[in-house]
Amino acid sequence: MSDPQIAAMSRHEDEDRSAHPEMTGQVRSLWSDAWHDLLRKPSFLIPLVIVGLFVLIAIFPGLFTNADPEYAELSKSMQGPSAEAWFGYDLQGRDVFARTIYGARPSIIVGTLAVLLATLFGGLIGIIAGYAGGWIDSLLSRFTEIFLGLPYVLGAIIILSALANTRSGIGSFGIMMIVTLVMALLGWPLVTRIARSAMLAVKHSDYVQAARGLGASPVRIVFKHLLPNALAPIIVIATISVGTFISAEAVLSFLGIGLRPPVISWGVAIADHQNLMRQAAHPVLFPAAALTVVVIAFVMIGDAVREALDPKLR
Amino acid sequence: MTHDEPVLQVRDLVKHFPLTQGVVFKRRIGEIKAVDGVSFDLNRGETLGIVGESGCGKSTLAKLMMALERPTAGQILFEGTDITQLKGKTLKAMRRKVQMVMQDPYTSLNPRMTVGDIVGEPFQIHPEVAPKGSRKQKVRELLDVVGLDPDHINRYPHQFSGGQRQRIGIARGLALRPDVIVCDEPVSALDVSIQAQVINLLEGLQDEFNLSYIFIAHDLSIVRHIADRVAVMYLGKLVEVGSDAEIYESPTHPYTQALLSAVPVPDPEGRESRERITLQGDPPSPANPPSGCSFRTRCWKAQDVCASEVPELEPRAAAPHPSRCHFAEVHDVVHAS
Repeated sequence: MSDPQIAAMSRHEDEDRSAHPEMTGQVRSLWSDAWHDLLRKPSFLIPLVIVGLFVLIAIFPGLFTNADPEYAELSKSMQGPSAEAWFGYDLQGRDVFARTIYGARPSIIVGTLAVLLATLFGGLIGIIAGYAGGWIDSLLSRFTEIFLGLPYVLGAIIILSALANTRSGIGSFGIMMIVTLVMALLGWPLVTRIARSAMLAVKHSDYVQAARGLGASPVRIVFKHLLPNALAPIIVIATISVGTFISAEAVLSFLGIGLRPPVISWGVAIADHQNLMRQAAHPVLFPAAALTVVVIAFVMIGDAVREALDPKLR
Repeated sequence: MTHDEPVLQVRDLVKHFPLTQGVVFKRRIGEIKAVDGVSFDLNRGETLGIVGESGCGKSTLAKLMMALERPTAGQILFEGTDITQLKGKTLKAMRRKVQMVMQDPYTSLNPRMTVGDIVGEPFQIHPEVAPKGSRKQKVRELLDVVGLDPDHINRYPHQFSGGQRQRIGIARGLALRPDVIVCDEPVSALDVSIQAQVINLLEGLQDEFNLSYIFIAHDLSIVRHIADRVAVMYLGKLVEVGSDAEIYESPTHPYTQALLSAVPVPDPEGRESRERITLQGDPPSPANPPSGCSFRTRCWKAQDVCASEVPELEPRAAAPHPSRCHFAEVHDVVHAS
């Protein structure tokens, strides 16, 4: 049993390797493979451009409009779209286009931050529960179920209305943070469930047994085998959740318990003008359209990421 | 068989899994006797076939030999060292010598790793086997040895057929140049036409690298083809051990005879002459095996002594090779050869 033996058995070693330059390259990792795959997909690139545009709007709203979203001229109340104000004016005579542009920041910050918190916390708990098993799993699962038992909207209504009095004097940033934390608090159990079941499925797989049989250390098994296979569903649910959390923010604002003036957000704009829909729909339609586009874009990105991370679909 | 000293010795191996009841407060209500006192030797360069029906403890035995499970009792001596007691570095060093080919090629390869990563993983775990610069070359050589195109190093397992995947699994098992490879039903998930290819590959590799195989299967004709010696397992115990000729042509244990009588005979003449023994009932639960001989509930020879006395695995007057039956007797059921 020596090396030359294997080398001798190796027959077509040097046969026209140059014929397949793409096959002889460096061994690529799953993540770089997925990334290369994504960059070739219109169903990923188009929503990515859309999300990128909205992120840019959220960071530099001043680049996109000269109008002041707070400037109100009551004489122009409910005027329709015109060359002067593309999206028309709302009830207070404020420029709807400017308010839609400035509304992107709170909506996107609240949505992404809530997802980030929920995924980090929920994913960590789920991975630990799935990996450790035994009483740790039982403990964490029961803890998760307590939160899972709270209906999302009902839970948000209870917590946010209980906090309603304390958050009158904390400014726009404070209001945003409270809404973010409440959404993350109610959203993490879902991520935990997915992370735990993904981890459980992977933990008992044959290839993990095979790696143990090779003498792989627990660290290696966790990072090479368990996490790559368990993380993909978590990343996918997180990407899709950004869209749903942004719309959840709009729902809470619509119900009057989420963001509220002075914060400018799409949900607030929709809530403020819902009663006037039959007289003039534009103060509702334009923020709602922006919301829909962003939500669809995030869901599409999530879908594309799911496909890219699953080699079977490639 | 090139040498005579056994490379692997299994002594009175026992593995019982506890049966528990209750969600919060687990009570132990019994145990599954998956492996219940198994002993055998494996010589260098030899293939030992282990056959038995589903649930008789074959796979548990494989896991015990891979030190993936710790036995309840007994020893597994690899070159004189008991591997069931090893930990840490010594266990890792032992793993270089005993490797495994798993049953299902669709689940035994990480779907998110490329073939190059899968076959190269043993080198990353045991860096002393191959210096860093030579690893890629070694992976290519291994792929070539098992009959795969080395240029497919960047492909994912799902891009291969079942037989090709099993070859990837074999390449991974070969990477560390083990002395013993435990094959746990390596072909049962494959098409019949592919089974032959994989079996021939395993035989070729055995000659090339002087490997010893533990070949676990439920397909008797495949075991006969590849094995030098055969052990028949029933309900966690070996019931008969012998060379392939002894087992197939002069079986002495009723269970072996019943198994053999169920093998299809690919010859119309022989098919007429062979006997068909149909066993009654299902195998008893390993949680509650019968007293005495574990096969007595389905045996047509059973007498009172079978219920009271456990037969030993030993040669008897009418049975020249070891057999675990009070009434062991040579009886050729196939009459094929």
